[in-house]
Amino acid sequence: MNGCSSKKSVMGFIHSVETFGSVDGPGIRYVIFLQGCRLRCQYCHNPDSWSRRGGEPVSAEDMLLQALKYRTYWGKKGGITVSGGEPLLQMDFLIELFTRAKEAGVHTCLDTAGQPFCRQEPFFGKLRRLMQVTDLVLLDVKHMDSEQHRRLTGHGNENILDMARYLSQIQKPVWIRHVLVPERNDEDEYLRQLEEFVRSLKNVRRFEVLPYHTLGQYKWEKLRIPYPLRGIDPPARERVAYVNELLHTGDYRGYLED
Amino acid sequence: MIQREEWSGFQGRIWKEEVNTRDFIQNNYIPYEGDASFLEGPTKGTDILWGLLQKLQKEERARGGVLDMDTHVVSGLNSHEPGYLCPERKELEKVVGLQTDQPLKRAFMPFGGIKMAEDACRNNGYEPDPEFHRIFTEYHKTHNQGVFDAYTPEMKKARHNKIITGLPDTYGRGRIVGDYRRVALYGIDLLMEKKLEDLELCGDGTMTDDIIRQREEISMQYRALKDMKTMAASYGFDISLPARDAREAVQWTYFGYLAAIKTQNGAAMSVGRISTFLDIYIQRDLKKGILTEKEAQELIDHFVMKCRMVKFARVPSYTQLFSGDPVWATLEVGGMGQDGRSMVTKTDYRFLHTLENMGPSPEPNMTVLYSSRLPEHFKSYAAYISIKTSSVQYENDDVMRPFWGDDYSICCCVSATETGKEIQFFGARANLAKCLLYAINGGVDEKTKVQVGPDYKPITSEYLDYDQVIAKYDSMMDWLAGLYVNTLNVIQYMHDKYYYEAAEMALIDSHVRRTFATGIAGFSHVIDSLSAIKYARVKVIRGEDGLAEDFEVEGDFPRYGNDDDRADDIGIWLLKSFLDKIKKHHTYRNSEATTSILTITSNVVYGKATGSLPDGRKAGEPLSPGANPSYGAEKKGLLASLNSVAKLPYGWALDGISNTQTISPDALGHDEGERVGNLVHVLDGYFDQGAHHLNVNVFGMEKLVDAMEHPEKEEYANFTIRVSGYAVKFIDLTKEQQLDVIARSAHERM
Repeated sequence: MNGCSSKKSVMGFIHSVETFGSVDGPGIRYVIFLQGCRLRCQYCHNPDSWSRRGGEPVSAEDMLLQALKYRTYWGKKGGITVSGGEPLLQMDFLIELFTRAKEAGVHTCLDTAGQPFCRQEPFFGKLRRLMQVTDLVLLDVKHMDSEQHRRLTGHGNENILDMARYLSQIQKPVWIRHVLVPERNDEDEYLRQLEEFVRSLKNVRRFEVLPYHTLGQYKWEKLRIPYPLRGIDPPARERVAYVNELLHTGDYRGYLED
Repeated sequence: MIQREEWSGFQGRIWKEEVNTRDFIQNNYIPYEGDASFLEGPTKGTDILWGLLQKLQKEERARGGVLDMDTHVVSGLNSHEPGYLCPERKELEKVVGLQTDQPLKRAFMPFGGIKMAEDACRNNGYEPDPEFHRIFTEYHKTHNQGVFDAYTPEMKKARHNKIITGLPDTYGRGRIVGDYRRVALYGIDLLMEKKLEDLELCGDGTMTDDIIRQREEISMQYRALKDMKTMAASYGFDISLPARDAREAVQWTYFGYLAAIKTQNGAAMSVGRISTFLDIYIQRDLKKGILTEKEAQELIDHFVMKCRMVKFARVPSYTQLFSGDPVWATLEVGGMGQDGRSMVTKTDYRFLHTLENMGPSPEPNMTVLYSSRLPEHFKSYAAYISIKTSSVQYENDDVMRPFWGDDYSICCCVSATETGKEIQFFGARANLAKCLLYAINGGVDEKTKVQVGPDYKPITSEYLDYDQVIAKYDSMMDWLAGLYVNTLNVIQYMHDKYYYEAAEMALIDSHVRRTFATGIAGFSHVIDSLSAIKYARVKVIRGEDGLAEDFEVEGDFPRYGNDDDRADDIGIWLLKSFLDKIKKHHTYRNSEATTSILTITSNVVYGKATGSLPDGRKAGEPLSPGANPSYGAEKKGLLASLNSVAKLPYGWALDGISNTQTISPDALGHDEGERVGNLVHVLDGYFDQGAHHLNVNVFGMEKLVDAMEHPEKEEYANFTIRVSGYAVKFIDLTKEQQLDVIARSAHERM
């Protein structure tokens, strides 16, 4: 990264950035992928972001300066999105980055799987502070059944669903996202539970089904980790359309007015 | 002040006092802020004609790319009987006029060079009349012969070794855009009168070289105007007087353009900026109730159909450089006026709409003169057409207007000239990547092992030292810039002498401004190579002859295309240094020297002739096109890449900075609405930073691969993609170029 960093600014550990994100929040997004994640999702397309070591150290202040070079592309809707890895593992960095972003009038979006969520301190207090400077949360719900969730990701889902309820409680706008993986999380039974769960939330502005894709497979091979979804093809277009209907994703149109 | 009944209802004075199309436009056009809902589909006639033309195009492709060629007629304004797309039903064609007597039949044009004209025939299985050979060697000299009479041995060597490439020394130089609208606005008689006045006022009687030449040229222009009248008369039109209605205005304008493409086979034969002008006539007729929207669209569709039919006979070496049979019939829409009003009219929509009515097409080279201040509806419609057809390029009106005013035309792929007031001498490119190797190897060509450049001391150290390389590169560029400009001086001199563009110049002011265009190839590779030398360690691998054959890079280095000033600043330095060196030299007819960073598809051929470079590019691999970052260099996505290119000051590359980007639909947004909105934001953001040009392709790699493997599929017949500076039908590219397009990093998010 260019420029000098101020000593006071918190350092984040960055996996990579994508200057042209068009599907990770409203409008055009500067997407910052943070290094480190505790989940081991079988369909992860960024397994190189798992390790909590490494990543390029960048201060929150410099990170925002880098992002602001793209403000000219954002129009009224765009802004920054922090994704991962799991951004909530770098809470202090995130709080400072978003605080600075809001001071500069930038739309902030958090893309999380919710795994670190808990209602204990110090995490919970920090999350509350973070939510004060976060405009939108993209929350991944990977499976409704905790045991299956554990098989798919290595962790149960109780606290993730709790985070969804918490965000509903504080009326924080969210987009719920579900990556559809054939033979792993596309049974109608669980999808119906997901539909019910999302319907119970009061803050969902958009509900998306993201068809699993194989573009990340080569990274697994590079890291010499056996690819657990070998032989599983992306879901057919018809299947995706069916699941969208089953989940009534079309009902969540709040994002169009945001 | 002249008054004409054809001008009734038109406002303004100055354009009636003098030939001044811009003044006419500014006083009469009505900006349109609304959306695209008024547009009409094709008429039955359009469908029939377009169907016929597509059939002919298919046949042309089946015959290896050429449908028919003239072998017994030398092309001129009145060399052919009138030709029609549909001779049985001439009334269907609302705009008439072909280059020859048959659609898609290529004319014989020997004035650029008889050998090239003959080779173009023979390579396609035609035998030109042997008499022509005698005439154009014994009795009439050609441009090509003139150039080779004057070339120095050093120039021939530089040309042969491809450090200077793509020189227009065997065919027309092109890039001269007549103000074809003048034919419609004034009629030929008045234009002839004005040229006579100019001839009388030319000089004070002292016959200097300049005055003699100018008098001769004006006389030639005068005769060309007269011949245009005869040409139009053969189609049943009297163009001696101004056009009376929209149909005549469209037809008269086209006759002006037809005169150019009948007499010149320049690499680029632009149509120019005609949409706002024609809209004034269409508006007048709509208001009078003598034209419907459907008929107005039909006129534009038919004009565009004619632009899709322009053909020249080319040799294989030309096709390797400029693949896909392009003619750069560049045509602009959009733009802002000097007074702050948008120049978008309904006819700007109508031109873009031809890509819906008749499907995607490489020609005319549809160009949107972009400003973030253009009406939002128009920006969205242009983006929508881009996403649908990948047939549109964008150029920044906000950076060009201060230099060229609000009535400029794009004379080639991306270069601006003020319409009717100015011409550009086209000048190919210098391969600056090869020049870097000359600096390292002491002027010896890395491919041919011949001493081409000056015999400077080569670099002999194992590792390259940045300061030493820069010092040597600077001297080598000095040599190259001087040789390059002087080679072009020879070419432009001879072209004026033996292949003067009388028809185009007849529609341009007699006192014309001239720019002298040069160009840079290998831009991104020089930046990355110098960055590698500066920020990493570059080891030279030398062959037995001591020449640098390859390089090994130890460590990481910043690359152009990531919005990293360490690399991007090298690019800015490179552009400025080269331009400064060019500007030192005398240029033909005291024209103003400019430069460009654009390569068209020639990046593949240039790459073949260029050895391995310190940035990791291996010998023979294609250079990156235009100002594009190198393949695989971009690590931070599309916008970082755009920001790097946007840093290059347009004022230092007035001939243009070409950038081509391919975006997969999925990476542009979830649905059509989002894609359109996001593309508009990309364009706003890029151009608001002062960037010059962007080609936008929207499709996935799978489509390219499938089209390469199954060119016979109906859906790919008109599958058009933007390449550096123009558009082509993908299946018309050579296999090598197809692979090159596929290899280029598409911005697809994981």
